[in-house]
Amino acid sequence: MGQPKVETSPKVSDEVRKTTCYMCACRCGINVHLTSGKVTYIEGNRDHPVNKGVLCAKGASGIMQVTAPSRLRAPLRRVGPRGSGAFEEISWDEALETAVSWLKPLREEAPEKLAFFTGRDQSQSFTGWWAQAFGTPNYAAHGGFCSVNMAAAGIYTIGGAFWEFGQPDWAHTRLFVLFGVAEDHDSNPIKIGIGKLKARGAKVIGVNPVRTGYNAVADEWVGITPGTDGLLILSLVHCLLEAGKIDLDYLARWTNAPLLVNGTEGPEKGLILKNAESQPFVIDKRTGMPAPWDGAGVQPDLGAVWQGHRTVFQHMAERYLSEDYAPEAVAARCGVPAGRIRALAAEMARVAFDEAFELPVAWTDFRGDRHEGMTGRPVSFHAMRGISAHSNGFQTARALHLLQILLGTVEVPGGYRLKPPYPKPVEAHPTPHFVAAPGKPLSGPHLGYVRGPENLALKEDGTPWRIDKGFTWENPFSAHGLMHMVIPNAHAGDPYKVDTLFLYMANMSWNSSMNTARVMEMLTDKGDDGEYVIPRIIYSDAYASEMVAYADLILPDTTYLERHDCISLLDRPISEPDAAGDAIRWPVVEPDRDVRGFQSVLLDLGVRLGLPGMVKEDGSAKFRDYADYIVNHIRRPGVGPLIGFRGAEGDKEGRGEANPDQLARYIANGGFYQAHVPEGAAYMKPWNAAYQDWAVATSFYESPQPYLFSIWSEPMRKFQLAAEGHGFLQPPDHLRERLKVAMDPLPVWYPPFGDEAGAAFPVHAITQRPMAMYHSWGSQNAWLRQIHGKNYLYVPTAIWEGQGFAEGDYARVTSPDGEIVVPVAHMAALNADTVWTWNAIGKRRGAWALDEGAAEANQGFLLNHLISEVLPGVGRVSNSDPVTGQAAWFDLRVRVERVGPRDVAEPVFPVLPRVVPKGRARR
Amino acid sequence: MNPAPSVIVFTVLSGMGFGFLALLGLFGVQGWLGFFFWGTGFGLAVAGLVASTFHLGNPQRALRAFTQWRTSWLSREGWAAVITLGLLAPQALSDWLGLGWGRGFGIAGAVGCGVTVVCTGMIYAQLKTVPRWHHWTTPAVFLAFALAGGLILSGVRGLAVIALCLLGVLMAVQWFGGAGRFARAGVTMESATGLGRIGRVAVFEQPHTGGNYLMREMIFTVGRRHAERVRMIAMVSGGLLPVVALVFVPGVAGIGLAAVTHLLGAFAHRWLFFAEAEHVVGLYYGRR
Amino acid sequence: MTCLPPHTDKKLGLVIDLDTCVGCHACVTACKGWNDQGYGAPLSDQTPYGVEASGTFLNRVHSYAVQPDDLPAQTINFPRSCLHCEDAPCVTVCPTGASYKRAEDGIVLVNEEACIGCGLCAWACPYGAREMDLAAGVMKKCTLCVDRIYNEELPEEDRQPACVRTCPTGARHFGDLGDPESAVSRLVAEREGYALMPEMGTKPVNRYLPPRSKDRPEEASLLAPLLDIKAAGLAGWLDRVLGKLP
Ligand SMILES: Nc1nc2c(c(=O)[nH]1)N[C@H]1C(S)=C(S)[C@@H](COP(=O)(O)OP(=O)(O)OC[C@H]3O[C@@H](n4cnc5c(=O)[nH]c(N)nc54)[C@H](O)[C@@H]3O)O[C@H]1N2
Ligand SMILES: Nc1nc2c(c(=O)[nH]1)N[C@H]1C(S)=C(S)[C@@H](COP(=O)(O)OP(=O)(O)OC[C@H]3O[C@@H](n4cnc5c(=O)[nH]c(N)nc54)[C@H](O)[C@@H]3O)O[C@H]1N2
Ligand code: SF4
Ligand code: SF4
Ligand code: SF4
Ligand code: SF4
Ligand code: SF4
Ligand SMILES: [Mo]
Repeated sequence: MGQPKVETSPKVSDEVRKTTCYMCACRCGINVHLTSGKVTYIEGNRDHPVNKGVLCAKGASGIMQVTAPSRLRAPLRRVGPRGSGAFEEISWDEALETAVSWLKPLREEAPEKLAFFTGRDQSQSFTGWWAQAFGTPNYAAHGGFCSVNMAAAGIYTIGGAFWEFGQPDWAHTRLFVLFGVAEDHDSNPIKIGIGKLKARGAKVIGVNPVRTGYNAVADEWVGITPGTDGLLILSLVHCLLEAGKIDLDYLARWTNAPLLVNGTEGPEKGLILKNAESQPFVIDKRTGMPAPWDGAGVQPDLGAVWQGHRTVFQHMAERYLSEDYAPEAVAARCGVPAGRIRALAAEMARVAFDEAFELPVAWTDFRGDRHEGMTGRPVSFHAMRGISAHSNGFQTARALHLLQILLGTVEVPGGYRLKPPYPKPVEAHPTPHFVAAPGKPLSGPHLGYVRGPENLALKEDGTPWRIDKGFTWENPFSAHGLMHMVIPNAHAGDPYKVDTLFLYMANMSWNSSMNTARVMEMLTDKGDDGEYVIPRIIYSDAYASEMVAYADLILPDTTYLERHDCISLLDRPISEPDAAGDAIRWPVVEPDRDVRGFQSVLLDLGVRLGLPGMVKEDGSAKFRDYADYIVNHIRRPGVGPLIGFRGAEGDKEGRGEANPDQLARYIANGGFYQAHVPEGAAYMKPWNAAYQDWAVATSFYESPQPYLFSIWSEPMRKFQLAAEGHGFLQPPDHLRERLKVAMDPLPVWYPPFGDEAGAAFPVHAITQRPMAMYHSWGSQNAWLRQIHGKNYLYVPTAIWEGQGFAEGDYARVTSPDGEIVVPVAHMAALNADTVWTWNAIGKRRGAWALDEGAAEANQGFLLNHLISEVLPGVGRVSNSDPVTGQAAWFDLRVRVERVGPRDVAEPVFPVLPRVVPKGRARR
Repeated sequence: MNPAPSVIVFTVLSGMGFGFLALLGLFGVQGWLGFFFWGTGFGLAVAGLVASTFHLGNPQRALRAFTQWRTSWLSREGWAAVITLGLLAPQALSDWLGLGWGRGFGIAGAVGCGVTVVCTGMIYAQLKTVPRWHHWTTPAVFLAFALAGGLILSGVRGLAVIALCLLGVLMAVQWFGGAGRFARAGVTMESATGLGRIGRVAVFEQPHTGGNYLMREMIFTVGRRHAERVRMIAMVSGGLLPVVALVFVPGVAGIGLAAVTHLLGAFAHRWLFFAEAEHVVGLYYGRR
Repeated sequence: MTCLPPHTDKKLGLVIDLDTCVGCHACVTACKGWNDQGYGAPLSDQTPYGVEASGTFLNRVHSYAVQPDDLPAQTINFPRSCLHCEDAPCVTVCPTGASYKRAEDGIVLVNEEACIGCGLCAWACPYGAREMDLAAGVMKKCTLCVDRIYNEELPEEDRQPACVRTCPTGARHFGDLGDPESAVSRLVAEREGYALMPEMGTKPVNRYLPPRSKDRPEEASLLAPLLDIKAAGLAGWLDRVLGKLP
């Protein structure tokens, strides 16, 4: 018998449709293959700027998401008690009319009685606009429990953040240091980048209590004790200052280091000194005299003292040269030996300065100085929730930005580069808007960047405007709101009660809440009048998640291949440092169920409610549906959701009138558009005149906005002054002390609040994102759940041996706020005081169309039960960063005890009644 | 390895069947008693072969298994079994009906029986991946079982006792030699992964939290802690009790008792043969 | 067909870089996705939403803890699929000839039309590279994406295995390991790529690139303080530091 003949050129499919992945917020381009009208294969789009053809495990399993048996099938109205899962299917008309009957009176009487919060969807500029038109101040997305510390610290310091808003200069960097990142939103780009570094043999250092994933391939691992990164970073700063290994030229030209700090005792102390035109100024080295900070040819003097006022540079040097920051002083606390810290600093300095290089790119700065080249400093950093999900995360992230600035590695070749529309300083962002009035829209966007106490969302009587207490003394810079506090606050009626809770795409009765068991009770609690404490809950999900059972009205969404979406520069675009980019999703297949794309539903609701901007004069719909909105909505003259193919001819970029063919053009272009940064404008963007001009032309701002990086944060100092008793607006006394510490204008470290749990809870407990699972919703995926069907608590060697653990054992894990019993496994490459698990693998029995006996529900578990949403003490202060309100997930402290072999993790909740049948076969 | 009932039944029954058939081929039993004896031999052998097809994912294509006799012991076993049965058929006919065709077919068939049993053993012994099996004792024990089983059924008490003793010795050699063979093969997690150059290797996470074919098929750890007991059963029931029965229980009852206990022992042996065998792939899972 | 070809024109295979693999499992599901609709029967899953979901995968990613003597423990991710061995025991044991090694490129394949699903080849493979599909009753294994690498329906640049195409870190490389000049062969030479379990005598074609040595801080000296700032204080420090500016 001969060798069989193999068909080596089979036809892959009938047709390929290019759209955008949705299995996470990375937004990779995908080629969806259709055969006989069915999705048969999904691969990465090679031309796409985000993923360049690659896909992650989730993206490549999208087909299992689109066919998941857990998909909701039709609008549902609750008929039994809340949480009982008793629903009846209703028509869309009925569903929308029901919603209108609830919302209309609210809008007419008290719009703030509607709290509209959305999860990690990617249409926040649209949902925010809707909420603004409705007039409620109670809107935010998931950023508050996610990583607002990262976002805000970045904006307040360098005018751009980590997350996916910037990235290392992968092509040039030679040392890449990663703080607390397991996966991130920019997951494929980071993986591609690490791959590039590895191929070049560049060095990667991972600072993380846990050595997995990116940290597993790192050439060096710093197994830091959680919550102490700020201290480690400031100790690195100490070493660099001590050795004089800092980029003085960079500091003098591009940062506020040469600005003068008011040294006069009183209400102005610590503010940046201003001239008669209220402009900050520097001392010009050439003259020794004050000169405008942006004056032509000015050479700012870092060492100046003027009328007794010293420069930011001197304040900074004085603070960090202190022995408090010496490696020897911080080593034990950080779990990193002093020699190691010194070696790290030496390595960073060596690469930044000894391996510096020059890119022969001529450019002109905002002072009009022309430069023949750009100095490259090939050290880059990236950080995410490992530092931000602590109650000292904002200041830690600031510290990291300070370290970058001192090394002169932001926006330079080889360093960290921002992606348009960033850089964008605080001044270029709006302040928060929150004043609700019956029947009126809000005067501006909800979320913004606070400059001082005067921007806080406080009523005359000092009580919060917002249900989540965003922008209050508790968390002045809560630029993304505090989604994690909405249900607890609404339940407590603190600051007031709401009528309708409208949630979109957030599994709030499970993995996205702290204190999950209690939250389920809050959702079902009734008052003395027999009514639910939270009277009405509307929820949009695409799948039978844990949250569905707790809603009164379900608006079932489509899957990501069945609808239009817009990934806009107005909110979270898909830019690269070299190009602004946006993208769409479009229905590559039609839904086979009675479901509708949520954004179109929201527009429909808007029309039925007569919301401004959504209806024409005659009250009819202004936009047919979301697709129509994407094309025709005008934010500012010439500016709409998408920047590509604007203008009647489709040849305008950034600005231009609406183009009816825009979506078709996007589809033909692979679902995305890129506006390329001109050569010569690609680096030094905040100060580069060419970039500033391009950014104005491309619609990111209305006029050039050069600015200086903020080593010294004046907005923070304003809050500190208030806490010290200055000014008319005063914080409540129970917050005074913490404001003084947390609002330090220079980066500072203080122990995370979790440490107050004390010696009875000696172990840190944290979670990590599994690369092959997306929060709760990967478990309905037949392929992914085989990879992560249950989770273990990973225990370091000392605890493993100390407790006498063996394979198959369970442990009782106790925090000050709760107790769980969970399976354990040993991990050697782990900080000795830390335990951890994969996030959100644990499922409620009966959810997600899984069998009640599913491992996810029986052995899988959440740490969330152990995390309280409020801190002990007065005032129901949220368990969050005191600056931004970022949920402090990783502050958790526990005690771990062996309980021997078991089969089922605790707590065990009753089986969730099914809203869709149990899944059986795969297709 | 997973002790699948189909392969246990296959190896035990066909082994005994071919053992018995070999003796019948050599010495013959005439008339209706011969019909009964030959029938038993054929029945056991064929039942075993049929059982083996239950292990197949696509038994309807089983005929294809005859094509690769040049390299595959499984294919060879198929041929050997079929040829052997074919050779013995005329002999059986002759013996039953008294046709007096001499013993030519029978002797050739007896050789075929031996070859078949060796082939069966070689299916396992050839596998380097299962060090415990990768040894001459594997076909030797299979042969000894066939011989002892055949002799018991034949009622040749003296020789049967000797064969049983030989079997006992071989089983002991197999077990004692097999115990450390995995380690002696030199395969470790370090060599399997090549990571030994860095340090000691242990599993951090399995590739899937769910099970899979490999783990079910090759990493069977469930029954191992009973190994000692099963070994005793195999030895006592497969060797000792039949000897006792043959020596002390006269008549057909003794033979019957010996055959039944021996068969039980053979099943125990075979279960353990699989259950105890560790496949090197287990190294990747940190389990054997 | 179970005789191994005496010689193959090429030795196509994968080179997997353990220094780079972050263990993301992208190659696992990309492989599943491609092969679910490509060569042979789909890769079935049993009780996919049930208690013991389990299905056929041709590529799985392990994760090991490796403890050096004097350094912190490491985590090393380890993808495992068919190594397309030169002396492939899975081929010679096959009774039906379904399992074979291609003479032209050395790819080891299963002809599903001929496979009886006896499982012997999986037993013979030391690397766990073969999984029986329980729905189709035939043996499945990595095909090296034979239906991609020569596929004229695909653009040239896509003629590579699905797992290689999708790997975000570029830890997987595909090529002819029989040609010493090929990119993969050079990579193997440069990074001292190795074969798994050589003692099994299977002569794998695939190679693994070892993780680079880790956790040895460079010999660079520690940062020397500029001067005794304790004595000179901030002013002295400023003087020294700022004196460095032109
Ligand atoms: N212990 C611990 N808890 C954490 C974290 C942690 O690190 N540790 N991380 C926190 C962070 S950063 C985050 S962002 C949250 C994430 O928490 P969530 O935002 O709640 O995340 P998901 O579980 O993804 O839930 C989103 C919901 O959206 C639904 N959904 C999916 N696709 C669609 C769709 O197309 N349309 C609609 N309408 N709905 C859809 C899903 O079914 C699911 O119910 O978890 C937080 N919780
Ligand atoms: N595959 C996948 N990708 C995702 C998601 C997902 O669910 N799955 N979720 C998306 C979302 S919503 C988000 S917010 C991002 C989050 O992306 P990441 O920021 O990567 O989030 P986490 O997995 O929470 O990772 C936190 C990391 O910080 C470490 N860590 C914890 N405490 C400390 C500390 O004190 N110091 C240091 N140095 N490290 C610490 C943890 O070990 C972990 O490695 O991921 C996004 N991408
Ligand atoms: S990282 Fe993965 S899940 Fe996220 S968008 Fe990209 S391919 Fe999809
Ligand atoms: S896709 Fe690449 S990085 Fe991810 S597990 Fe596979 S080989 Fe490793
Ligand atoms: S890895 Fe296994 S299946 Fe692949 S050729 Fe080698 S022995 Fe055969
Ligand atoms: S399972 Fe199929 S390919 Fe494997 S040995 Fe049996 S017949 Fe051959
Ligand atoms: S080469 Fe193809 S079949 Fe083989 S592991 Fe990669 S994707 Fe799977
Ligand atoms: Mo998040």
